[in-house]
Parts: sequence; C-alpha cells; structure tokens
Amino acid sequence: MKKSSTSVQELPGAAVRRPTPPPAWQPRTDPAPLLPDPEPFRVLGTPAAAGADPALLLRLYTELVRGRRYNTQATALTKQGRLAVYPSSTGQEACEVAAALVLEDRDWLFPSYRDTLAAVARGLDPVQALTLLRGDWHTGYDPHEHRVAPLSTPLATQLPHAVGLAHAARLKGDDVVALALVGDGGTSEGDFHEALNFAAVWRAPVVFLVQNNGFAISVPLAKQSAAPSLAHKAVGYGMPGRLVDGNDAIAVHTVLAEAVDRARRGEGPTLVEAVTYRMDAHTNADDATRYREDAEVQAWRAHDPVKLMERELLERGVLDEDGVRKAAEGAEAMAARLRERMNADPELDPMDLFTHVYAEQTTQLAEQAALLRAELEASADPASGDAGSTGGEAAGERR
Amino acid sequence: MTTTAVKPATMASALQRALRDAMAEDPTVHVLGEDVGTLGGVFRITDGLAAEFGDERCTDTPLAEAGILGTAVGMAMYGLRPVVEMQFDAFAYPSFEQLISHVAKMRNRTRGAMPLPITVRVPYGGGIGGVEHHSDSSEAYYMATAGLHVVTPATVDDAYGMLRAAIASDDPVVFLEPKRLYWSKAQWSPDEPAAVEPIGRAVVRRRGTSATLITYGPSVPVCLEAAEAARAEGWDLEVVDLRSLVPFDDETVAASVRRTGRAVVVHESTGFGGPGGEIAARVTERCFHHLEAPVLRVAGFDIPYPPPMLEKHHLPGVDRVLDAVARLQWETES
Ligand SMILES: Cc1ncc(C[n+]2csc(CCOP(=O)(O)OP(=O)(O)O)c2C)c(N)n1
Repeated sequence: MKKSSTSVQELPGAAVRRPTPPPAWQPRTDPAPLLPDPEPFRVLGTPAAAGADPALLLRLYTELVRGRRYNTQATALTKQGRLAVYPSSTGQEACEVAAALVLEDRDWLFPSYRDTLAAVARGLDPVQALTLLRGDWHTGYDPHEHRVAPLSTPLATQLPHAVGLAHAARLKGDDVVALALVGDGGTSEGDFHEALNFAAVWRAPVVFLVQNNGFAISVPLAKQSAAPSLAHKAVGYGMPGRLVDGNDAIAVHTVLAEAVDRARRGEGPTLVEAVTYRMDAHTNADDATRYREDAEVQAWRAHDPVKLMERELLERGVLDEDGVRKAAEGAEAMAARLRERMNADPELDPMDLFTHVYAEQTTQLAEQAALLRAELEASADPASGDAGSTGGEAAGERR
Repeated sequence: MTTTAVKPATMASALQRALRDAMAEDPTVHVLGEDVGTLGGVFRITDGLAAEFGDERCTDTPLAEAGILGTAVGMAMYGLRPVVEMQFDAFAYPSFEQLISHVAKMRNRTRGAMPLPITVRVPYGGGIGGVEHHSDSSEAYYMATAGLHVVTPATVDDAYGMLRAAIASDDPVVFLEPKRLYWSKAQWSPDEPAAVEPIGRAVVRRRGTSATLITYGPSVPVCLEAAEAARAEGWDLEVVDLRSLVPFDDETVAASVRRTGRAVVVHESTGFGGPGGEIAARVTERCFHHLEAPVLRVAGFDIPYPPPMLEKHHLPGVDRVLDAVARLQWETES
C-alpha cells in the first residue's frame, strides 16, 4: 500500500489534536449463540432417532408417502392439460410435511408458489389448493379456514405478511406463530431482508424456513449468495440461524418445533435453512438438463427423504411391510380421487371477474359488468347468430 | 355516517385529528411508518399519537417501505386496520411491489375472503421547495392499479372527513395528501361540521356557466383563484374538485360539463400518460354532443420533477389555466 507523504501531525504548525474517543461500542447481541452449526442437523440414522415419538414418526411417514404421490400425480395432470403448471416439490417433501405438521391449528402458514404440498398436508382440500396452478382462479380457498395464506407467486413478498400477522396476533394477546416458506433464490430479494429485519426488531413470533434446493430455476446457489450459509444471514439481524438436513423429516420437524416454541414463548424469530434438493425440473415446463448434471441428481437419489424415513422406521420396527403397503395404498387412493376430481371441468362464472375487486362495485365496473353480461347473453341466445353456428360464419355474416 | 368534529385550523391538524379520532373509536386502527412515533412524522401529522395510544398503536418502523406495507398486509389479515405513512411521494416506490401485487389484489384473488382495509397516506406534489424525490405527483401509477381507491383532499374539511372515510373503508385506500396545502387554513364551509361520507363523490366548489375546470388536490386552490381572476374577462368558470380519482365520479363531472359545454382538466402531475388524459377521454365520451370545444389539459411538463428554484415554471398556475380557458375559443356573447 502506498504511504501518504505527510501525516496530519507532520504538517508544519498543525497542533496535534487527538479526537476524543467515541463511547465504547458494544455488540447489542452476542453473536455466538445465533450462529448456525457448520453441519446441518441430522436425526435419521443417528442414535438420536431412537428418542423420537413413534406416533409422530408414523404421521410424518404417511404424509411423506402421500406427498410424493401427490407430486407425481400433479405433474401427470399437467401432461393431460388438467393443470396449467406444477412446480413439483419432489425431493423436498420432508420440508413441506414438517412445516405443515409442526404448526398448531391456530398458527398460520405462509407458502411460496412451490408449497402446495405443505398447504395440503395442513389439511387443505387438494383440488382447492391447486386452483392457482389450474388457472381457474387465483386462490381457491378461504385463507382463514386453515390459516394458510394464498400461495405467493412474487418471491419473498409473503414474508413481511407473515411478520405482520404474527405481530398483530401478539398485540391481540393470541399465542399464534406464523411460519413462512421461501426458496434459496428468494433470500436475495429485498423483501426477505426487510421481513427478517422487522421480525427481529419487533421480536415477532415468526419462523422463516428456507428450502435451499440448490437452484433458483437454473441459477445455482453459488451464483445466488456468497454467504457461508443462508442460515448465517440470521446473525446480522440478531436472530438465531439453524441449518438442518432438509431430507430428514424428523430433523426438520425437530428444528422447526424448537423455533416455533421459541417464537411462542415470545423470544422472537428464527431463520432455518433446510439443505435439500429439487429432484424434478423447476416446473413441468422447464428443462433441467440445461443447467445440471445427471450425476448430481443421481447422488441425491440416495438421500431420498421418503426412502430415508422408510428405512429408519423399518429398521426400528415402528413400521413393517404391511404398514408400507397400507401407506402406499392410502396415497394411491388419494391420487385416484384427485385425478377424478380434476377431470371434471371447473364451473366458472365470468361475472365473478367484477365481484371482488372492491367491497362495493364502482360505477365504472358496473358498466363493464353490464357489457360482459350483454355479451354473454348474446352468445347464449341462438337468435343472435353467434351460438350454434361456427365463429367464422358468424363473423363473416356480420362483415 | 356523519360525525361532528371540532374544527381544526389547518389541513395538517385536520389529518392529525382524524387519525386520533379513528384510533380512539376503533382499537384495531394502528399507525405505522418512519418517524411517526416520537417525532410525530416529518410533517407532524402523527404528532402525539404515540404518547396517547402507545407505541404499539403508533409504531416507528425500521426504514423500509416494502417492509412497512408488507407487514401492514399481515396485520390487516389478522383483523387490524393499519394506516401506513409513506414519508414522501417518491419514497413510496420501494413499496410498489407490495401495493400492486398484494394490497390491490388480495380481496380479488381470495374471492372476497381476505379484504385488506389498509390506508396508505402519501404526502405528494410540489410547490414546497423540496429537493429531488420530494415533490412527485404519483397518482397516475396508483390509478392504473385496479383494486385501490385513490383519493386526495383539497380542503381542511375534506382532509378530516376523507381520512376518516378512508380508514373506515374495507378496501385499501391510497390517501394522497397535497403537502403544499398542509398549512392551508380552513376556508370553506367553516360553520358546518366536517362530513364523513363514503369515498367516491366529486363536488362543485364554485358554480359557473362558461366552462368547467376539472381538478383535484393541490390544483383546486389554483383553479378557484383562476376562476376569480377570470371574472374580469367576463368568464364565469365552474370548478369541480374530484376528491376521488378512483372511483371516478363521472356523473358530477359530466353534469357540469353538459351545463357549461367546455372543460379544462388541471393537475400538476405530468400530462403525458397522466390522469388528465383519462379524464378528458371520459368527458368526451359522455359529453361529446354538449362540447363546444375540445377538452383541454393543463398539466405539469413531461419532465422529471424540476429542482426547487425552477418548479414555479413547471407547476400549472393561474395564468396557464386562464390561457387554456382562452383557448377554448367560445363565441362571445356580443
Ligand atoms: C419477484 C419475482 N421475480 C422472479 C420470479 C420468477 N421466478 C419464479 S420461481 C423463480 C426461482 C425461485 O427460486 P427459489 O427461490 O430458489 O425457489 P425454488 O424455485 O427453488 O423453490 C423465479 C426467478 C418471481 N416469481 N418473482
């Protein structure tokens, strides 16, 4: 480094002035307890698994099996044109299921666009949960019914909502916790930052679960963030960061349960990063071979969240072959029912376009609604020449 | 819904009074924003609220507009009525994602299951000598977003009545406060109690026969002044204060233009792609056969808001309004 030729003290005639030191700086929070462990937390395959509650294990397992089947069924429905698009969470079922099961009824789940499965595992009607992706309406359910916010398509924008809701609940004296889901790519958005900062400053009872599945569409994590881990980001806000193996359903449930308890006790938010992998393409419309090697996908297959759980439960005798078969049958029945219900054309009322824009319809919208109604009536009326004849003829006649 | 309120002296104190009355009447009303607590906001609109209602009802937030509006969404989801303060017009832009993607759409996307009664207060417009980013007229951006109400008071009475109505509304309302009128004194209907009525109605501020000046917010006093000045030329101008841009009161506006046969739209935001184009088109569609001249617009220039020493050249003033009126070229009575 180049040295400056003269320092202030050397300037001729300059009095040597030492600045008064500022008041001693203290870190406001000891960062050490906030730091994530370097290795993701694991339970499956370790002695700790023996301590897990068998009833919870069986529930997790059943939901994992159903979840996997749900993912494959929904993807199949896109091929049949029954679903406009489906972002599969195959490979990430442990996160989805644990997020749903860790919450009490009164708690709220804030899913991102990939988290249909978490919503279904929380009890939402599978067809209603697919409304957005089917394209017949935006949100197909009343969010208050199961306390699941609408699936959010703009990334990370649902995170401040979770903070605001949790904050409001606490102000009202309700011990409600909000759990918000976001992807690794979503952590780069400004709303992620603002939500974490608000949550920490307000000590809001909220838990953020990042599903780090390696990619944001085609962009790998290394091009997304230079942080040591996404969980490390928590420290800068003054909340604990936790790293967990996202394919280990018991581990995810354990870490989330701790974070939820902490939030409920009034000790503030936690950021959990679950390290997992998206086995399918980004959506059915994406070609994942353009940006990742098959070898990588194969390596993750050995760490399949459903198989990991199944092996553990079989080895420990919590589950037997009969149980495996029953779970598979249950999942199959769910898939068959979903197929059947999705095969019916949804009944849509075009006049709904105007019904829910404002509490009270404006005169402008009332005029536009009248226009559409007239169009609908004209096309339903055979005398108008439109219905019954082919569009081309009708248009030709008019010209 | 009509309430009687002690007459506040200025628009700023009327707004403050409206917030206090709303908070006192309804415990679900929460105020949040930057510096709204201890300081009372940079314009002191929230002065005293934190002291009176506590900092959980009037909350100094971190400095983050998307975060402020985004958390307000969650609060509204849980049954609160957040009133958000954006510090200045051009600093609301970071919150547009939340406003457009969620605030405006939540009722619609959930088929009415999740309305969001949020009021977003935005001090807007120029004329106060502010440096860059402190004088934008952003109403066209808000107007272009379905699902939002967009209103702006021009009088002290309306500041009170319309803010009460905005907070009471079950829909999100962008409440634009013409900051150069903050210190204007009560000058209309000083003896009557401020009326709180649902949003959406325009009012005729001045009756006239020669032409209609259609305007809102900071340009209302300009148009009233122009109308007075025009009397010397023998023009009797009617002035319509829109008060609400969304929804738009076509009826009051069209009735006025049908009476006068001529119209000039006056606002200080840019003309190109600005509110005036929409208003002129609506008037033309409804009043074509009554019009004796094209609908003219007097707007700010199509430039980024100028530095304070030049803003007087940009803002439509009385002379520019009178010039437009002259361009309406009516046949003289003689
Ligand atoms: C604000 C915003 N920008 C861009 C997109 C388009 N988009 C949809 S999904 C996606 C990648 C998201 O990646 P990540 O957050 O890691 O979640 P994942 O898809 O892996 O579950 C992008 C860029 C979007 N939905 N929202």
